[in-house]
Amino acid sequence: MIETAPRSSLPLAAVATLAALAVLPLFLSDWIVFLIALALAKGAVVLGVVMLLRGGLISFGHALYFAIGAYTVGFLANRFGIGEALVALPLAIVISAVVAAALGLLLARFRGIYFAMLSLALSMILYTVLIKFYDFSGGTDGLSVRGFALAGITPAHPGLVQYYLVLVLTAAVVYVGGRFLASPLGYLMQAVRYNEIRIEYLGASASHAILASYVVSGAVSGLGGALTAYLVGHVSPEFAFWVYSGDFVFVAVLGGTGSVFAPLVGSVAFEFVKNYALKFSPHTWQLTLGVFLLLVIYFQPKGLWSLLTRLRARPR
Amino acid sequence: MNILPIILIDGIGFASWLFLVSAGITFIFGVLRILNVAHGSLYAIGAYLGATFILGLPGQEQRSWVTLPLLLLAAVAVGLTVGPLIERLFLRRVYGADEVIGLLTTFALFLILEDVVRLIWGIEPYLVDGPFRLFGRVRVAGVAFAGYPFLLTGVAIVAGLMLWLVIHRTSFGRQVTCVINDREMAGALGINVPRIDLMAFALGTFLAALGGAFTAPMMSVEPGMGVSVIVQAFAVVGIGGLGSIGGAALGCIVVGIARAAAVQLFPEIELFVIYALMVAVLLWRPQGLFGAIELRKI
Repeated sequence: MIETAPRSSLPLAAVATLAALAVLPLFLSDWIVFLIALALAKGAVVLGVVMLLRGGLISFGHALYFAIGAYTVGFLANRFGIGEALVALPLAIVISAVVAAALGLLLARFRGIYFAMLSLALSMILYTVLIKFYDFSGGTDGLSVRGFALAGITPAHPGLVQYYLVLVLTAAVVYVGGRFLASPLGYLMQAVRYNEIRIEYLGASASHAILASYVVSGAVSGLGGALTAYLVGHVSPEFAFWVYSGDFVFVAVLGGTGSVFAPLVGSVAFEFVKNYALKFSPHTWQLTLGVFLLLVIYFQPKGLWSLLTRLRARPR
Repeated sequence: MNILPIILIDGIGFASWLFLVSAGITFIFGVLRILNVAHGSLYAIGAYLGATFILGLPGQEQRSWVTLPLLLLAAVAVGLTVGPLIERLFLRRVYGADEVIGLLTTFALFLILEDVVRLIWGIEPYLVDGPFRLFGRVRVAGVAFAGYPFLLTGVAIVAGLMLWLVIHRTSFGRQVTCVINDREMAGALGINVPRIDLMAFALGTFLAALGGAFTAPMMSVEPGMGVSVIVQAFAVVGIGGLGSIGGAALGCIVVGIARAAAVQLFPEIELFVIYALMVAVLLWRPQGLFGAIELRKI
């Protein structure tokens, strides 16, 4: 079954959600606002994973772009004293996109399990480089991110400014992502999942579709990583570790690939569940997540988002 | 001082360890078409059970030869209990689905098993270096080496030979080969395919646990020990070609020697070299050294 692009009723819901999120800091504690911002930033990376998942490609190495984005911010702030988001964020996007273009040329030749394994290996290369080259990356200590500024102004409450920055950029990412998935290229990715040879017979190129998706996906993920670096205030090599990649894939599957909103909803749910599970039972939270993932795989293979669409599609 | 013998002997020791952890992955993938992300956890369970058995011995016995059969027993126990349990309960449902689904299912199992290990054995590290000290030091070419890694090499060679014998010289092995080639036809010819699946996964689990149990004396057994193992094993099976045990063996030796050389010559790139080798090999041969080329679906 071909999944459709978001229909006309969704933008309305999206605008309503955005408005609700915009007034949220008035009512909620700083901690929850931070958690939502973090979830949305990571949600951008999950969206990157979903873009490839729609083509049947599972990237078990998207922490690569997450870490590239985060370390771009970390480097500028820590080594050059540039905390300006308007400099660091575009740079993070550009670097991620360039790296994705180069690696995409290699990866576009692979499918299935080998795509997963190769992307995993590439992200682990960055991980080992970040750990071993202490002078360059701060080693396992990582880098602290100080001096956040936006348009030359160093805000008194950086948390709140960052929240709105994340919100605006997430909205932009969702818009771009939605347009991408609804474009001919986006539909081509779904066709890649079902039958590549027919695509070639129809005169399109599966490798080009994969490469283009990979670059967009990498750029979006890099932005997510860069925002996370500002929010957390610290970057470390774990950002590139494979368990991080696994988490992104986890959330992508949890939310499903049916919509550009699914990754964000999935990401917010994940951060909250993880946060509370860690607090109440630190030794079984992974177990809880694993069981949850198994249930989704067995009973909701199209992700939790499909529950919502099925509910709406029901005849009234 | 000549570093060549150091590189060779360290490399072979590391290669033996890699073979024990990756042979099971590639065998399971060959039969079930599932890349087992939870393999590192099975390795950890083997290590924990082996450590528990040794710690159950009276003090001086912990440094005796009795420990070695106990480590083997631990691996067999894990293979016979945890393996079949996982296959029956969780994997059976996803055979024939996308490879991606198998990957996700075993990732979920990885998350679950990591916590199960913590719940059973706690978070304190276990130290059982009795068997390691039993083997003392060996002098080769004028350099003193720990003796225990040579035992590990022996275990890896015996395990590899046994696996080869089982696949090529037994009825079970022939049935496995049939199932690998054509599941449906194998079933039609009267082979009990679900039973073969079960036994294959149990055998793979045994290999992972064997690797874990015999590694336990060399390191502190602690939570998270399986997490980094799995990516290194993936690199090896990627280099060798998924599903090829001979390929895994060759991949181990290449990676083992390369890493030992890196440790001696360029210590900064020690870990890096594994993944770089994998990327290089896959660029040259996308299906790995011994992997079969798969046709794309029409």
